[in-house]
Amino acid sequence: MPCTFETVDLPTFVGEVAGVDAVQLPAPLAAFDCRNNRLALLGLLQDGFSEAVAAASKTYGAQRVGVFIGTSTSGILETELAYRRRDPVNGALPADFVYATTHNTFSVADFTRHYLGLSGPAFVVSSACSSSAKVFASAQRMMATGLIDAAVVGGVDSLCLTTLYGFNSLGLMSTQACRPFDFDRDGISIGEAAAFALLEPVPEQLDLDAVLLLGVGESSDAHHMSSPHPEGLGARMAMQQALTMAELGAADIDYINLHGTATPSNDAAEAKAVSALFGSTTPCSSTKGATGHTLGAAGALEAVICALALQHGLLPGGLNTQQLDPALALNYLLNNREQAVNRVLSNSFGFGGTNCSLIFGRAG
Amino acid sequence: MTLPSALQAPPLTVYVEGIGLLGPGLSNWAQGRGALEGTEAYQAARCIVPLPMALPAAERRRAGTVVKVALAVGQEAVTASGLQASALPSVFTSSSGDGLNCHEICSALASSDRLISPTRFHNSVHNAASGYWSISSGAMVSSSVLCAFDGSFAAGLLEAMAQVMLEQTAVLLVAYDTDYPEPLRSVRPLPDTFGVGLVLAPRRSERSLAQWRLAPAVCLTAALAQRLEDDALERLRSSIPAARCLPLLRSVAAQTQGEVVLDYLQGLQLAVQVAPCR
Repeated sequence: MPCTFETVDLPTFVGEVAGVDAVQLPAPLAAFDCRNNRLALLGLLQDGFSEAVAAASKTYGAQRVGVFIGTSTSGILETELAYRRRDPVNGALPADFVYATTHNTFSVADFTRHYLGLSGPAFVVSSACSSSAKVFASAQRMMATGLIDAAVVGGVDSLCLTTLYGFNSLGLMSTQACRPFDFDRDGISIGEAAAFALLEPVPEQLDLDAVLLLGVGESSDAHHMSSPHPEGLGARMAMQQALTMAELGAADIDYINLHGTATPSNDAAEAKAVSALFGSTTPCSSTKGATGHTLGAAGALEAVICALALQHGLLPGGLNTQQLDPALALNYLLNNREQAVNRVLSNSFGFGGTNCSLIFGRAG
Repeated sequence: MTLPSALQAPPLTVYVEGIGLLGPGLSNWAQGRGALEGTEAYQAARCIVPLPMALPAAERRRAGTVVKVALAVGQEAVTASGLQASALPSVFTSSSGDGLNCHEICSALASSDRLISPTRFHNSVHNAASGYWSISSGAMVSSSVLCAFDGSFAAGLLEAMAQVMLEQTAVLLVAYDTDYPEPLRSVRPLPDTFGVGLVLAPRRSERSLAQWRLAPAVCLTAALAQRLEDDALERLRSSIPAARCLPLLRSVAAQTQGEVVLDYLQGLQLAVQVAPCR
């Protein structure tokens, strides 16, 4: 939708979640109140997630369940707003402003841990737009070493002025809803989202519909702070690593959920990386035309979309894209496709040249 | 993936191959170890952060204090380890990121002209130091960037030790914080800049300074974190999150054996079994 968020006066589109302002945090957690944690709570209340975590906490013990959340800007909106209310004489921030539980990067994991009544290890991963893909990698490691038995992972990032005006300063924002892989693509649309997953060890009896985390791959471009490696070298390394860990070949992947931000450079570099590994036949799409780029929440959001694809046998077509860029030689889906889906790969890349690829599969 | 239960899981064991240190009155590990061991008096003084000469000139101009301190301690630790920086996966952990940059952005956004520079924006990401590190070192391997408020060092140590054990590779851990300017300083009163770099390896070498172990079943503990006897060092430990590592560094300096409990989250600390290698 055209951006009407807060007092933002930019000609751009945003994916704003309805109802965030009306969310009320439980009274004992009032210190955490900010848009980002309200959005987190909205997410935690969906689809029986909190109940599933409560059951896991009972099974494993609250101290044996970790909390690892990705976010890029956390509750910085609170600080942006507080700066408008500085004392005109001494410049002090208003007395009702709380830093630790809102603005600080850790606040969303701290809130999630408190809300879910968990007491195991926790941290935030904040590596820009790969943040909430990388939490799957960290959680998997914590479980594999026996430090914990299960983990709540997720991504939460909410609209704020820093990212809207920041991406605008880089000339990376579209004036319309973003069009990944389109010949005329001209930038991102910023969205917001909260997405969570509960990771548990594989039990002996497994539902056929269960979703398995099969592989993770992480790399760095070592190239530039805000432009991807032109050949997508780091992206390719992350995808290859995920395949290696999953003990799969490129032909085993049924669908790729692309990072697909709709900037000219991201989509070009990603297409080179994907085609170098997979050729040009694997069905793929970016779901950012539907969601916007939810930045630090994108990895977890797209992991959930991958889980839905696996469970429902549905490959999502990319929205908004009118005319595919012929220079990007991929099998990019413009329409939904129903078919059996067994294994999918999801890409998340970010500023600083950070890359993460995840592979998920169906149990049966 | 088959998972070990905590009681069967082997301990996470790492060897400390190199240390980098920078903070108030601490100019490097060689000087800092004397103060921590107690053979030299610790003199608190404003932290002096060197220029990151390993960065290309354009990036060096753009780098803030938070990047400079992280690169300085990372480089010192890697040099001491004798390992190749480009081959080392890294874990960066910080409570606060670049406070000055954050202040400038929030000031601009509260003004009538909301323009912020592209450099300010890309420096605002929490993984700025990790990004500059990978550019300066050529490391295309994994880099994790964490925050756990005052417990950020322990969070980073958990992540780094898990990577060393599972990947059987050396890992660079960098923990760093810088102070916020006013008015944020009043709500987040960090007094100064502090950084520590640690190269942790899966196997002992002739350079190993100490062995650290985490027992998966018991390392996350309610026991209280260790404090430092020296008042000025204890003030440093308790006032800057990255400096919560100091009891661990003290055990390396003094070559002690036993358990060091570090601050992590409220009611949940991290117990590390330490032993000297020399």
